[in-house]
Amino acid sequence: MKRLLPLIIVMISIYSCGPSGKKAEEFNEKVTPAEVAVSSKSEVPFTIYDYEGLKPLLHQQDDKTYIVNFWATWCKPCIEELPAFEKTFAEQKSNNVEMILVSLDMPSMWKKRLVPFVKEKKLKGQVVILDDPKMNDWIPQIDNDWEGGIPATLIYNKGKRAFYPHGFTYDELNKELLKFIK
Amino acid sequence: MGIGKVMGAFVLILSLTAFTSIENNTIKGYGIGAIADDFSLKNTDGKMVSLADYDNAKGFLVIFTCNTCPYAIAYEDRIIALDEKYKTQGVPVIAINPNNPSIKPGDSFDAMKIRAKEKGFTFPYLFDEGQKVYPKYGATKTPHVYLLQRTDKGNIVRYIGAIDDNYQDASQVEDKYVENAVDAMLAGKEIELTLTKAIGCSIKV
Repeated sequence: MKRLLPLIIVMISIYSCGPSGKKAEEFNEKVTPAEVAVSSKSEVPFTIYDYEGLKPLLHQQDDKTYIVNFWATWCKPCIEELPAFEKTFAEQKSNNVEMILVSLDMPSMWKKRLVPFVKEKKLKGQVVILDDPKMNDWIPQIDNDWEGGIPATLIYNKGKRAFYPHGFTYDELNKELLKFIK
Repeated sequence: MGIGKVMGAFVLILSLTAFTSIENNTIKGYGIGAIADDFSLKNTDGKMVSLADYDNAKGFLVIFTCNTCPYAIAYEDRIIALDEKYKTQGVPVIAINPNNPSIKPGDSFDAMKIRAKEKGFTFPYLFDEGQKVYPKYGATKTPHVYLLQRTDKGNIVRYIGAIDDNYQDASQVEDKYVENAVDAMLAGKEIELTLTKAIGCSIKV
């Protein structure tokens, strides 16, 4: 239940606001220096984790298969692959598949970029924020060979686990996912 | 109306090509102890820069960075501070923008000139024209630091990775990876941490 709460809040916030009318391209390239400046961490409708907090979401022992995608609104290839992930999730949800979209957006971007983006795209995956600057500590814990480039994706269930430090097309993602759901 | 349709089709084509351009590029580059090749790349002042130009250098902080990546922006002031601290000790910063400006227009040579001037870069900011240098090094993202030590055998790679352990807030940094590495190198001591990892922006090919 606890895990559902942020999702419900997201859903409510998506449906309670009309489309913002912004085009996706606006999210790609326009990170200004001011946006990177550290500001107070604003209230957002997503759960914010440090790595220790996120860890349980990467090791759930139920019967589901989890797609965990690491992304950010400023990461162009991440935004480009998201529709493939959303489509796959919609098609495979009934096969006991869950999807967690771990945003690595910086605190100053949460309200200005992340929230409008998720609304605009009506993302159905569970969006959470990973806010943990000690990257050299947690990156190797997610996968020892990961250099830290995004997009990157973890697919796992209680019997199998694989990490992909690269982007996916729809076909590639499905091919990998099928190895988990048989 | 017609224009709208044409534009729609254009956007569709653009997004389709974007999909096919996602690639799984695992680059093998230098490891610790490797000898790094020199290069000759154009600086924002129009002059070509090579490591060999620096007669008195003991080493170099070769930093792959760019105008557009939020992490690169977050580290700009700290890169300037590194250059100011270590240039006088014989280890200048050499910044290289590895991105393809046709994919990332904000990283064009002209945009680099503007950013270098705005920020008052104290170090050369070089354009990796044709993207030939970064794959040799094995840089995968920005910012990505390579500490080189000049020796009789060539410029030896001593440290690869992040600048420090807190991109968000310089005042909260607990481990200054690059400073620790340069200090150890200059003191003739072993560098304790030679490889670190960080989230960064993938280099745009």
